[in-house]
Amino acid sequence: MSLLGYFRKEEKSSASVAKERLQILVAHDRVRTNGPDYLPKMQQELLAVIRKYVVIDDEDVNVSLEQQGTTSVLELNVTLPDR
Amino acid sequence: MAKIIVVTSGKGGVGKTTTSAAFSAALAMKGHKTVVIDFDVGLRNLDLVMGCERRVVYDFVNVVQGEASLKQALIKDKRLDNLFVLPASQTRDKDALKPEGVEKVLNDLRAEFDYIVCDSPAGIEHGAQMALYFAEEAVIVTNPEVSSVRDSDRIIGILQSKSRLAEEGKSVKEHLLLTRYNPERVERGEMLSVQDVEDILAIPLLGVIPESEAVLKASNQGVPVVHDDASDAGQAYDDAVSRYLGEDRPHRFLEKQKKGFLKRVFGG
Repeated sequence: MSLLGYFRKEEKSSASVAKERLQILVAHDRVRTNGPDYLPKMQQELLAVIRKYVVIDDEDVNVSLEQQGTTSVLELNVTLPDR
Repeated sequence: MAKIIVVTSGKGGVGKTTTSAAFSAALAMKGHKTVVIDFDVGLRNLDLVMGCERRVVYDFVNVVQGEASLKQALIKDKRLDNLFVLPASQTRDKDALKPEGVEKVLNDLRAEFDYIVCDSPAGIEHGAQMALYFAEEAVIVTNPEVSSVRDSDRIIGILQSKSRLAEEGKSVKEHLLLTRYNPERVERGEMLSVQDVEDILAIPLLGVIPESEAVLKASNQGVPVVHDDASDAGQAYDDAVSRYLGEDRPHRFLEKQKKGFLKRVFGG
């Protein structure tokens, strides 16, 4: 590393940024593509219901279905805006 | 009975056809009777990379549809006696391949060959699904680059759910082949490392092919790159195929090449 680089703020390498992004994305893709067909539609409808009461973005709602042994857990995560 | 291997990736341009050509040529060089089939109907290119483009008379679709016999359509490699190419059609639309027809051709080939290598088209549509449906093993060609890794993960998901073995409750044996690897850039933190890609895709590593000038040179000349046994890529493919056949070979070309004295003095 050059002398200048030494004083500069420690920056993450682009490869490690790529790896982190991929880990999140691939996990998300796997749930979406292996999950039941109704999941995306249900997510849209849940979003519509919540929107009746609060103003939120698409990204503020996260629906996931996880397999835990023999039971499936439906998880709904809504980030409400600051008042 | 032949083993059916699909070379696939999801993403285009990562080296499926280069790999299919090198892999099948290496299998043949090691004494196995091999046929390589181009599943990219409409965009055939395997014939060009194998250097037999001027000898194509009949193609895979002709055979599937009963317009030509296998014997008429198979092209014998000019360098290796036990290597044959079944080219794709250039004119038909991509839905010309029906599962029943493909199955019949593969069954006929199975009796004659040791290995059937299926060169998949890019994407996850009909052609790609036909190429992988009957496979027993899969070589997943991946570049150390975000979109390629993501698409490889998708194609692994499809192998695990839509292949015939998956439908029968069994599984396709998967092999990761990392291509266009540049150890210098990995060392500088500019490129995903072998370990990074293995962590994400979680399938066994078959080999790493370094980014190499030999690959373009080989396709320019229509000679599979394994024939260039002085080149890094040629040697890496040879290693990968030996490993595939059960030989224990250490991975090479993963570290930055140390410059020798002469190179340091004269550059290079």
